[in-house]
Amino acid sequence: MAEEMRIVLRNYGKIDPLKIEDYINAGGYKSLAKARGLSQIQVIDEVKNSGLRGRGGAGFNAGMKWSFSYNTPADQKYVVCNADEGEPGTYKDRIIMENDPHTVLEGMAICGYAVGATKGYIYCRGEYPYVVDVLNKAITQAKAQGVLGDFDIEVRMGAGAYVCGEETALLESIEGHRGEPRFKPPFPGVAGLWGKPTVVNNVETFANIPIILEKGADWFKGIGAPKYPGTKVFTLTGDVVNKTVFELPTNMTIRDVVFGMGGGVAGGKKFKAVQIGGTSGGFIPESMLDTQVDFDSMNAIGATLGSGAVFVMDETTDLIDVIERITKFFEHESCGKCTPCREGTKRMHEILKKINSGKGSGADIAITERLGQVMTRACLCGLGQAAPGPVLTTLKNFRPDYNAKLG
Amino acid sequence: MADYKEIISAYKDLPGGIIEAYHAIQKEYSYIPEDAVVAAAQAFDISKARAYGVATFYSYLKVGKRGKNVIRICESAPCHVAGADKVVAALEKELGIKMGETTEDGKFTLEFTECVGQCQATPLITINSKPYGDVTTEKIPGIIAEY
Ligand SMILES: Cc1cc2nc3c(=O)[nH]c(=O)nc-3n(C[C@H](O)[C@H](O)[C@H](O)COP(=O)(O)O)c2cc1C
Ligand code: SF4
Ligand code: FES
Repeated sequence: MAEEMRIVLRNYGKIDPLKIEDYINAGGYKSLAKARGLSQIQVIDEVKNSGLRGRGGAGFNAGMKWSFSYNTPADQKYVVCNADEGEPGTYKDRIIMENDPHTVLEGMAICGYAVGATKGYIYCRGEYPYVVDVLNKAITQAKAQGVLGDFDIEVRMGAGAYVCGEETALLESIEGHRGEPRFKPPFPGVAGLWGKPTVVNNVETFANIPIILEKGADWFKGIGAPKYPGTKVFTLTGDVVNKTVFELPTNMTIRDVVFGMGGGVAGGKKFKAVQIGGTSGGFIPESMLDTQVDFDSMNAIGATLGSGAVFVMDETTDLIDVIERITKFFEHESCGKCTPCREGTKRMHEILKKINSGKGSGADIAITERLGQVMTRACLCGLGQAAPGPVLTTLKNFRPDYNAKLG
Repeated sequence: MADYKEIISAYKDLPGGIIEAYHAIQKEYSYIPEDAVVAAAQAFDISKARAYGVATFYSYLKVGKRGKNVIRICESAPCHVAGADKVVAALEKELGIKMGETTEDGKFTLEFTECVGQCQATPLITINSKPYGDVTTEKIPGIIAEY
């Protein structure tokens, strides 16, 4: 049976997020002091050895990422916290920032010390002005207390572009430009914000840092799945009994999430599908519910862990209608920089609209599959590469739903 | 109401600050006046095309007039399956306008949005960014009456 384990959300409901004294009394900012007593390399090694992998979707080893910036000499380096959280169904970073803003600041400051950066930015989505207020209050308090030392943090607001969650588009946006992704390499760790070495990590990734410094790499490594240790914060939505936030060790299964913590399908109905990782995630049928939720196990079934959004659909859901809606999302959010995505998302939506209205044919299905494969390979950034995921996984796992709609 | 020129000049020395300036203007006006884009181009020393390009790239920013209170209805998949279409119909009926339009008295504008990160309470709308969750047809008149 799934049991919640709160690492990231350790202070949730226990402290007043707007009182730095509460955070300090709970042991806050001790890890930063501890880090500053170690060498930069020691801090990076501790994070690397913990096995912590990015919680923003790509699952890259956090300490390894830090080492790239550390190893690149520069007169200025930056730490950027990705709080753009635009993936539909996801609200975990908001929960973390609203309830424990200082843990994010502390994680960023530890990273700043480790890589040699004196300036941090939090890029928070524009739809969260109330979170921006919380963060700014926390920063003011931390500065007044002097806990951050010479590390400065500034909040910048996104403005409703999903693609700005992609790290290089995000950097473009902080620089005041249209949020169009850059070609990689160079990666941000080497040449990021204003061309300087920049660590970009997700809110949840930073929130894990203070406790890793406190309890040590070995402690962290022992939790959850060995290759993706620690916990993951999940946000539940759709036809599920408990539409709320949970933090679970990463060796739990999808079934634990949906039927354990989630309480199962609402209204006594039967389960139809679950989409994990946000709107670009794969659609998972009942037969795959015993898969572990860690990054690699999810990839192995053609799904993703992604942001940890869990969108449950009951037996009455018209899956093809949901897929049409999702293809419209990607058409809307494509930044237009590269052709396979700009044109591909538009055509994909067009075809899905046709199929959903009962006018589609077998030929339409075949061309959708082909288009999806081209986009997965040819698109410049993760948006276009992941956009066909929901279509391709439903074609694979829920083909009868398509067949039933063909004209 | 603060003049947009004053707002812009408060941000002009902030590296990459044009988006912050647009946010501040929109907070005052509920939209970005066309002339403010020209003024921003001057202050940040970029071409008008670039300043306009930035302002129109982001769906949270709106160049050109809209109502005092902006009602946005989330149409992302979780809100979609929870009945966002019913909320749209009810709001259109209550205000006597269609999506994308502004009421004659300039009080309300109706817009679509993608997920605003409050998916524990679908379907969801925001009014001037304040979220209202688990919206039903019955709740709408009460919510509108707050404004
Ligand atoms: C279209 C797109 C949207 C993304 N949105 C987010 C986001 O909202 N938050 C986030 O942390 N990472 C997002 N990412 C992943 C980032 O590019 C990047 O991998 C991440 O911020 C790195 O942090 P991490 O290593 O701590 O996960 C997105 C990627 C793509 C391609
Ligand atoms: S894949 Fe889409 S979002 Fe990414 S750069 Fe190309 S057009 Fe822009
Ligand atoms: S899906 Fe509507 S608020 Fe997230």
